[in-house]
Amino acid sequence: MTNSCVLRRGLLSGLLMLAAVGCSEQNVPPPPSIDMAEPVPIERTADGRPVESILAEEQELHRGNGEEPQTLDPHRAEGVPTGNILRDLYEGLTTTAPDGRIVPGAAGRWDISRDGMVYTFYLRGDGLWSNGDPVTAEDFVFSFRRSVDPETAGVYGRMLAPIENASSILAGEMTPETLGVEALNERTVQIRLDDPTPYFLGLLTHVSTYPVHAPSLQRFGNDFVLPGNLVSNGAYRLSEWVPRSRIVLEANPHYHGSDGVIIERVVFYPIEDENTEFQRFRAGDLHWTDQVPSTQFRWLSNNLPEALSVSPWFGTYFFAFNLTRPPFEENLALRKALNLAIDREILTDKVTQFGEIPTFTLVPDGLPDYAPPVPENAAWSQAEREQAARDLYLEAGYDESRPLEVELRYNTSENHRKIAVAVAAMWKQVLGVRTRLVNEEFRVFLQNRRLRRNTEAFRAGWIGDYQDAFTFLELFHSEHSRNDAGYDNPRYDRLLEQIATERIAARRRNLMAEAERILLADQVVLPVYTYVTKRLVDPLLQGWEPNVMDFHPSQHMFFVKARMLAEETENAP
Amino acid sequence: MLSYSLKRLGSAVPTLLILITVAFFLIRIAPGGPFDSEKALPPEIQANLEAKYQLDDPLVIQYFRYLGDILTLDFGPSFHYRDWTVNQLIAQGAPVSFTLGAIALVLAFVMGVTIGILAALRQNSLVDYLTMSVAMVGISIPNFVAAPLLILLFAIGLGWLPAGGWDGSIGRMVLPAVALSLPMVAYVARIMRGSMIEALHSSFIRTARAKGMPEREVILRHALKPALLPVISYLGPAAAAILTGSVVIERIFTIPGIGSHFVQGALNRDYTLVMGVVIFYGLLIILLNYLVDLLYAWLDPRIRYDR
Repeated sequence: MTNSCVLRRGLLSGLLMLAAVGCSEQNVPPPPSIDMAEPVPIERTADGRPVESILAEEQELHRGNGEEPQTLDPHRAEGVPTGNILRDLYEGLTTTAPDGRIVPGAAGRWDISRDGMVYTFYLRGDGLWSNGDPVTAEDFVFSFRRSVDPETAGVYGRMLAPIENASSILAGEMTPETLGVEALNERTVQIRLDDPTPYFLGLLTHVSTYPVHAPSLQRFGNDFVLPGNLVSNGAYRLSEWVPRSRIVLEANPHYHGSDGVIIERVVFYPIEDENTEFQRFRAGDLHWTDQVPSTQFRWLSNNLPEALSVSPWFGTYFFAFNLTRPPFEENLALRKALNLAIDREILTDKVTQFGEIPTFTLVPDGLPDYAPPVPENAAWSQAEREQAARDLYLEAGYDESRPLEVELRYNTSENHRKIAVAVAAMWKQVLGVRTRLVNEEFRVFLQNRRLRRNTEAFRAGWIGDYQDAFTFLELFHSEHSRNDAGYDNPRYDRLLEQIATERIAARRRNLMAEAERILLADQVVLPVYTYVTKRLVDPLLQGWEPNVMDFHPSQHMFFVKARMLAEETENAP
Repeated sequence: MLSYSLKRLGSAVPTLLILITVAFFLIRIAPGGPFDSEKALPPEIQANLEAKYQLDDPLVIQYFRYLGDILTLDFGPSFHYRDWTVNQLIAQGAPVSFTLGAIALVLAFVMGVTIGILAALRQNSLVDYLTMSVAMVGISIPNFVAAPLLILLFAIGLGWLPAGGWDGSIGRMVLPAVALSLPMVAYVARIMRGSMIEALHSSFIRTARAKGMPEREVILRHALKPALLPVISYLGPAAAAILTGSVVIERIFTIPGIGSHFVQGALNRDYTLVMGVVIFYGLLIILLNYLVDLLYAWLDPRIRYDR
């Protein structure tokens, strides 16, 4: 543990470039790395734009992007790959800087009322659609209404729930026209909320809040998203879409910030298989991958250190217990025993290996205004935890002659399988638990988890939708549709409701910490590690930074010249 | 000949109907639905979606509505790729799969026949043993092993060809077509060798030789045609195998053909897309077998006269 290249908890909030870390475990000189061009040092002009002399001639970016997007209609979209494309095409009222900070987007500035219930957004004067039409307040009113309209059947309409009447409209009880979004004049949008929502500005970076171009929607109906029809207000516009092959975007000349956009063309490739993607990166077809092969950590860190980027993500990998069935129903001691018996550092060091961060809490560390309540046993040594686990196991009514027999369920994936095998081995070693591993195809797994009829312990994972602890905590409200554990604690529910209406930030923070403390003390989940994003990026591609939301709009990126090439040009007569 | 071909065509209708029915209910029985995802939907939104895609009707009604729709060749909207209809997706994927399959089939036929004849003419020689062992290896190596090896060698090692993707250029077609045809080359070569040896031993060849016909003429004019028969009857299933085999190759080389639609559609529980591709594959296989039967009848007069 001490001699491996593990990434410590303390590093979590910082950026983790494995390029700089290097693995010294065996003190073997690493084999020569694969030839990757070295970038020239970056110089920027006063306004932040990189100086012309360092820029490469060709500014065309090829991004591996996981899955084929389900739709390019922002109000019906879901999934990370779709989000990556939509962030390039559209711009919400707010947007994010390369480091993930929330910055003005389609709205140049805004006011928030003293009670935090009314937001007034002033749109940019130079905001234009990709066909040259001005972006108006009415466009946003139309779009917000469409997003919550049951007719649209958007999967993320729920994101807008804090807005006045949104929940009733989604449920079909009120008309979309009653939504608390109003155009005060051509360039001013006012949004009234039901509850003060401290993360509201962050929420407005979500795709479900993006504006769509009403005239083309009326003209083309559902086909408004196809190339030739799609009118968008972001840094890029759609130029080609071959399903399951590629989506090509080109810079939008009408975009208000088009002077700062350097990448002229972006090609997104849906590549589900991480090995295929890896090979296409090696063959030079891609500058940016969505994933890396999960078993290749050592090879990658030895051979492609300058391309490998690993950084903390806003997500947690955990196991959960079905609280509505034996053996975990009404058996806190047993759940706690299983929780204490696993050694998270072994799981992240030896099994996942990519610098995932062991965790004892549900909400990932690293939020600017929230510190998860770390349970006291996190500070114990593993031996102490295991001793406590054995005591609790006996207390729960099990022992060597009468061991617990339990099913551990996970969905098909090499990584999930390895973790489940390791966890089962730890339970066996420490407590003598007999674990039966159950592997299921993803949709079957999701359905079984949801129905709770035959699950016992199962894997789960959650990537936050917006930068707030609430996106994790709300999962365990007794009525939440993803509460697969069947957790039903009136005190917890009440705390969540209080959090939703609390206006004072410090008090809200305390309520959230209190809720998480209760959740962890009830041993509903068994947190394992904080996810990391891991990808390969051409070292010549610059202008992006790792961030916890893993948002990387192409508009901030640019290619620089390779070092050799730059020197030759300078020395040329 | 005409009544024979009509009769064969007529039998396709019940075959298709059974195929559609079985596939329709099988995909619906699979647990999970098209709108399940890690981020669970609130019940009201789930209800909105099901209403929009008419999944809230009883299954039998959905089945008959579906039958009615496909009579008008309307396969409906894709449940997963919500901006596209199944017709659009198949129209975009099929030419890609066909191009790839056709190249692979031609490659397999030409190379397999050539190797098979060479081996047959030099029966039990070193050439024979060598080519047949290589063919055996070709049959044994599954293409999900052969394809990455080809990529490693030609795309990454030598850098001659792209590692994947599809844009209609010949360069991107070479590796997937070769990977797809490899096991087929081996099969064809073995079949060809066997039937060629058999043909060369038959009495009409002996007669031709006895008459003093040059060896070249004997082989090309007399032995080749009967020797090709088993190969041709193999081509029907081979074409089907190449189409279904392309499922794997399309995934490895990220080729947007219908094979990859099929796999991804099933994983996504994209009911309409899976059904569309099943019907498409079904029609295709029925058609291919039909063509082979006709070709066979043309090549072998005995079949024609019997009917």
